[in-house]
Amino acid sequence: MYGFEALTFNIHSGYLEAIVRGHRSGLLTAADYNNLCQCETLDDIKMHLSATEYGPYLQNEPSPLHTTTIVEKCTLKLVDEYKHMLSQATEPLSTFLQYITYGHMIDNVVLIVTGTLHERDVHELLEKCHPLGMFDSIATLAVAQNMRELYRLVLVDTPLAPYFSECITSEDLDDMNIEIMRNTLYKAYLEDFYDFCQKLGGATAEIMSDLLAFEADRRAVNITINSIGTELTRDDRRKLYSNFGLLYPYGHEELAVCEDIDQVRGVMEKYPPYQTIFAKLSYGESQMLDKAFYEEEVKRLCLAFEQQFHYGVFFAYMRLREQEIRNLMWVSECVAQNQKSRVHDSVVFIF
Amino acid sequence: MESSSSWSRALVQISPYTFSAIGIAIAIGVSVLGAAWGIFITGSSLIGAAIKAPRITSKNLISVIFCEAVAIYGVIVAIILQTKLESVPTSQIYAPESLRAGYSIFASGIIVGFANLVCGLCVGIIGSSCALSDAQNSTLFVKILVIEIFGSALGLFGVIVGIIMSAQASWPSKNA
Repeated sequence: MYGFEALTFNIHSGYLEAIVRGHRSGLLTAADYNNLCQCETLDDIKMHLSATEYGPYLQNEPSPLHTTTIVEKCTLKLVDEYKHMLSQATEPLSTFLQYITYGHMIDNVVLIVTGTLHERDVHELLEKCHPLGMFDSIATLAVAQNMRELYRLVLVDTPLAPYFSECITSEDLDDMNIEIMRNTLYKAYLEDFYDFCQKLGGATAEIMSDLLAFEADRRAVNITINSIGTELTRDDRRKLYSNFGLLYPYGHEELAVCEDIDQVRGVMEKYPPYQTIFAKLSYGESQMLDKAFYEEEVKRLCLAFEQQFHYGVFFAYMRLREQEIRNLMWVSECVAQNQKSRVHDSVVFIF
Repeated sequence: MESSSSWSRALVQISPYTFSAIGIAIAIGVSVLGAAWGIFITGSSLIGAAIKAPRITSKNLISVIFCEAVAIYGVIVAIILQTKLESVPTSQIYAPESLRAGYSIFASGIIVGFANLVCGLCVGIIGSSCALSDAQNSTLFVKILVIEIFGSALGLFGVIVGIIMSAQASWPSKNA
């Protein structure tokens, strides 16, 4: 019953909620980012990060640091925290926590399949996979030639199996099909996650609906913009949009027929929450769109922490951490390539 | 003349001692339920939050103490109520005075029990939020403590009214 979660939530999940709120207090603040942006070399970055919670993970790295090492170690910290929480969680929180990682699983699957298509070595690809999305039989993905084999050999045992029913075709895998497969899988995953949250009810359902609806709408806009000028037909494009969110169904109808960015802007400006995002961009500019979406997402994720006794804080924390890792990667790359003037182009401050 | 199977007759035939005993049981039992509920709500958040911020443990035990006080109120009232029980001769058991005494002890027990139940819950939930906020920002602790103090006053109201209620429970004297 919505409103009375406070009475029973703490029985199973009080400890973990307190832990995740403690982790949140360790996210980097604007002052940390300002320090990092002033760094001259990657070793300076390592020194600044050793004063934050990333210290123990970076201190043993030998001196010629690469940006990939920094990102890898920071991701390792996130994975350790996630595994600790997952091992302590009971149902339904454990299912919820697992749902959060299915997006990474989908990305890993697509990465390996694409890499195999381009004749890369499987081990090299496995190293590039996101650790949160690993599953046992992931290496055998390299053997599959088309989608049916992919499903039958590997994916039927994974949690992604139910998402495949919509995208099994007999066609061979090529770049276009793989992108469509990725988006179809992600659409099925988002809808499944949304239904799961609705079943949980209460504050979790309300907060997660808002966050997932924003995710669905953002993906719809990105799919539209990325498929302008490609061979993707309008119907195919419509099929990739999720069936929930602020844009469903009328916004999707209009987005499906958009042919350039200004038309997309025209569609989105009819929705007040997205009007503010698009108002920040001047006409014809689309590079800043990603950053504007990230900023809006971060704002909504921070709001999830305002309420107690729901599972949205776990999802919000994982997403905020991922945003922080993206920020660190951008700062490290700018510093490594000596382009510090562009640092503020893509860093989204969380606090 | 009421029919012989009406509810009012059935209720009136229950011994006032039954009502009194149940009242005393509810006074202590439901109070302890409220206290325990409040303590686990606060305690689980406190333990988790103290991992990142160990400094909060000693101050936030106050929340647990407030919840515990609720259980103590229940014990005190139960002891007071049981001193009010007196034996009356068999002919007097269903006299109106006896029934009145029995009912007032029962009501006192319910008042105290349920007031302490919701008080314990209230203090527990606020204590949980207090621990989590204190871990992030230590200036918030005293302010949220004020809310907890108001919450624990609810239990006191219940105790006061319960004691007043049972104070006027007088069983009929032995010579009819």
